[in-house]
Amino acid sequence: MPSETSRRGFLITGLVAGGLLAGLRPAAALTTEQARHLIDVVVGDINRVINSGRSESQMLVEFERIFTSYADVPIIARSALGIAARSASAGQMRAFTDAFRGYISRKYGRRFREFIGGELKVREARPYKSFYEVKSTAYLRGQAPFEVIFLVSDRSGRDLFFNIFIEGVNMLATERTEIGALLDQRRGNLDALIRDLRSMG
Amino acid sequence: MARLAVLSGLALLTACAPRDVPTGINDPYEARNRSVHEFNIDRDRATLRPVAMAYGHAVPEPVRNGVGNFASNLSLPGAVVNSLLQLRPGDAAQNATRFLINSTIGLAGLFDPASPMGATKVATDFGETLHVWGVGEGAYVELPLIGPSTERDTLGKLVDIALNPLGSVLSSDERTASLAVGVMARVGDRYTYSDIVDSLLYESADSYAQARMTYLQNRRYQLGRGAEPEYYDPYEDPYAQ
Repeated sequence: MPSETSRRGFLITGLVAGGLLAGLRPAAALTTEQARHLIDVVVGDINRVINSGRSESQMLVEFERIFTSYADVPIIARSALGIAARSASAGQMRAFTDAFRGYISRKYGRRFREFIGGELKVREARPYKSFYEVKSTAYLRGQAPFEVIFLVSDRSGRDLFFNIFIEGVNMLATERTEIGALLDQRRGNLDALIRDLRSMG
Repeated sequence: MARLAVLSGLALLTACAPRDVPTGINDPYEARNRSVHEFNIDRDRATLRPVAMAYGHAVPEPVRNGVGNFASNLSLPGAVVNSLLQLRPGDAAQNATRFLINSTIGLAGLFDPASPMGATKVATDFGETLHVWGVGEGAYVELPLIGPSTERDTLGKLVDIALNPLGSVLSSDERTASLAVGVMARVGDRYTYSDIVDSLLYESADSYAQARMTYLQNRRYQLGRGAEPEYYDPYEDPYAQ
């Protein structure tokens, strides 16, 4: 399969170029190869975990680690909070981002659980405006293959993904809806939301 | 066949560019939709979910897959007609090939040897045909027992039922049986995707809004057929959507 060959070819190039550790290279504009590399690393980690045969709770811990290492949680948190982020104090934003990190890692960690016994394969990467789109395909047992798209940016200072699309359904929009509803239930009380978010997800 | 010819003519007459896929949410019937949603949640909690769990635990995976394959195979002739109406002969040929392979080597559709041979399923329906003909999405609606839809996709569903090419081929017993298999496949899907469906329906702060968001995004993605999406950039404006 050509895509498989080029992926391996790229991995080797990536290793030679010393780009093995995402985020440790000197500040330079992110390239298509680097965006692809980040997702190769993420996907490699996910595949390792879902086929490790470990207990589910051990896997959840691993998924949380993957999520916090490779996702730009502050921008996802700010976007999920939406307009309410404008009137939040710096301290509230810090506390919210921290609570959101745990919540989103637990929630999407559990999502990855459905991939157990399956495999993700990176297909292609391309620039899009100021960031990159990396397309992958999920092959799960007993299901038709489906597309998972990662959006990658270095605007945080590191190469991190900031959105995931699973067959068109994207994390930012889903979390904007969810956090908005949670905030409404608490009559817009951000501190109450932060407190509750610590045990949710 | 006459029906098909008439509809093909109609397709040619109305063949204009597909509508642009919209991005916002158009939900003027929200109050009514929300009460239908409550009804659907109750039905899921009381019936569909328990039945699906029992089915999933009692029936081994290969048998469940066989049921799913069989139901999916029965939907192919309708999909072929829709692809033709959309003037997508390649898709029609792929699903027709798939139907021939799975109906024969695949033992009447119980197995799916076509997918490894490259003839994967191209999912389509009359809702998509309407989209290709330039009909807009219309308002969001949640249908009793069926779930999220739009005005256009609801009309599409009705036409798909009326138009089903198998309808004229099968005897009434066979039609009943194929309906039963369709229901079993739906129950099987509820089991297979129980994690994600449970989390959407029972763990969301607002399951109605989440179901609406998920349906519209997924449906628009499907209709977009790999067209370049309008990604929004939170680094430019984290408050936009």
